[in-house]
Amino acid sequence: MSAPAPSMYSNAAKAMAAQLGLTQGRANLEVFAETLQQLATQDSRLTAVTSDSRGSGKLGPYSQALPKQIVEVGIAEQNLVGIAAGLASVGKNVFAVSPACFLTARSFEQIKNDVAYSDNHVTLVGISAGVSYGALGTTHHSLHDFAALRAVNNMTIVAPADNFEAIESVKASAASNSPVYLRFGKAPLYDLPKHADFILGKARTIREGNDAAFIATGETVIHALLAAAHLEQSTGLQCRVISMPSIKPLDTAAILAAAAECKAVVTVEEHMVNGGLGEACAAVIAQSAFKPILKICGIPDEYTVTGSQADIFSHYGISMEGLAKTMQTILSV
Amino acid sequence: MQLTRKSLEYRRDTLRWIKHAGAGHTGGSLSCLDILNVLYNRILRVSPQTFTSSTRDRYVQSKGHSVEALFVVLAEQGYFHESELETLCQYQSHFVGHPTRKIPGVEQNTGALGHGLPICTGMAIGAKMDNADFRVFTLLGDGEIAEGSNWEAAMAASHYKLDNLTAIVDCNTLQISGRTSDVMNNEPLAEKFEAFGWAVKTVDGHDLTALTEALEKPLVLGKPSAIIARTTKGKGVSFMEDVGKWHHGVPNDDEYARALAEINTALAALKEDSL
Repeated sequence: MSAPAPSMYSNAAKAMAAQLGLTQGRANLEVFAETLQQLATQDSRLTAVTSDSRGSGKLGPYSQALPKQIVEVGIAEQNLVGIAAGLASVGKNVFAVSPACFLTARSFEQIKNDVAYSDNHVTLVGISAGVSYGALGTTHHSLHDFAALRAVNNMTIVAPADNFEAIESVKASAASNSPVYLRFGKAPLYDLPKHADFILGKARTIREGNDAAFIATGETVIHALLAAAHLEQSTGLQCRVISMPSIKPLDTAAILAAAAECKAVVTVEEHMVNGGLGEACAAVIAQSAFKPILKICGIPDEYTVTGSQADIFSHYGISMEGLAKTMQTILSV
Repeated sequence: MQLTRKSLEYRRDTLRWIKHAGAGHTGGSLSCLDILNVLYNRILRVSPQTFTSSTRDRYVQSKGHSVEALFVVLAEQGYFHESELETLCQYQSHFVGHPTRKIPGVEQNTGALGHGLPICTGMAIGAKMDNADFRVFTLLGDGEIAEGSNWEAAMAASHYKLDNLTAIVDCNTLQISGRTSDVMNNEPLAEKFEAFGWAVKTVDGHDLTALTEALEKPLVLGKPSAIIARTTKGKGVSFMEDVGKWHHGVPNDDEYARALAEINTALAALKEDSL
């Protein structure tokens, strides 16, 4: 176990986390692999499929313990998803594990047709998602996956915010009977203060507040939570923090409640601002009677600055300080 | 019923439904019908009654555009009544212009090329994992061979020694823009599959006896089987044979009448002792 990368949180953010009593968890990728192994031990149908990705998917122990429940396809992501669909169609409970950048781009047609359209119950596991690979650059970033998969019918999209959401999402996917995309990063995460109420398709309110709302997903939720706590102390603003693990289906009721009850809504995601959580929320709000101030925070439509995940988050304002400043700016406080 | 009679009747019905729908992939349907005939009447251990059985043989039509041939055979096999094909490609019909699982008897939704072999590779791996003895078959077009995903699957099928997997290539030598050898040459195709570790047999894709012998069991234990079926696009209608425009040409009234006349003449000429 290692602590969160030092540069991911400023000293002030770390102090705020301590003040909130947050505990340090592990990388979602690690708890995914452990959870999958536990489930596979109980369900002989459960099968992991990898594209030379068992190491990067932390599936070494799984493959040692359950060698008959893992299929290696080599560096061939199209074949990864095709084979996964075929395995599912003959009764296997399949988790296809590959870096999110390749899985959701190279294999997109296999996802659209072989998994979603043919309705094969495959859980697609995008590992080291978003900008987890940091300085490895654009080839290794997946900032398109929400947008691409939101446009695929019969696809559930889940980006867990912490270890609890990660474990619950793996269990829920294994128990599902339809296609799911799970998105995991590889950096250690703080545990959010709430360990309850994970339901696929539902938002989780992590912090109450009626002045403004952060609607965040995946590994950005912690930054929104810290920003909300910081804003309360510095300005008195009471910010609601909604974790939105499920990008699709989207919990429109939670979005509309925030839009109705709060003056401003700030969405946050480790994804390009085109086609992700923010635009999904904007579409819901724009088609309602509610007109809060809306700001979409994510990676702009550009090739990201070079740096670690922490550097990139900080550069684009996905940090306690950056998000608090954004909220103050749009509310003029 | 005689297999030769079935081949002629399948051709007659395929033309009928393409004419009725006003759309279809005529040439490729006619080139693969003898293969489907042998598969469904001699090889596949599957029926409308056993289609939900986990131990059924699987057939995935990777060249999904030849869907009319598949629908005609499935109707004849009793998966649904042939009158349902009256809605083929019509507004709100379940009979889409490519295979979908909405239709009884269809294993997987296909239509984008290069998908059937990877899916079937997964099915065959699953069968091996479970020590299940069902076989898995897929039908590819020769133009489709250009899709790289086929070769990813070919490598994996050999790696996993999937002798329960058979890929049949409908080599009618024509694709939508012309001769396959001109568009993107795939020859020597048998040698390519051999180099990937497959057992390969080249047959006349309209010879029902040769097809049966090639398909009745895996060619070699421990290897996936590739059947290179040499076929004629538009087979069975003289003016459609080996003519590129019939890839998705729909006969006009006169052409339809002439085509039916040819098939009916062949039906009348069938001898009792033919296969």
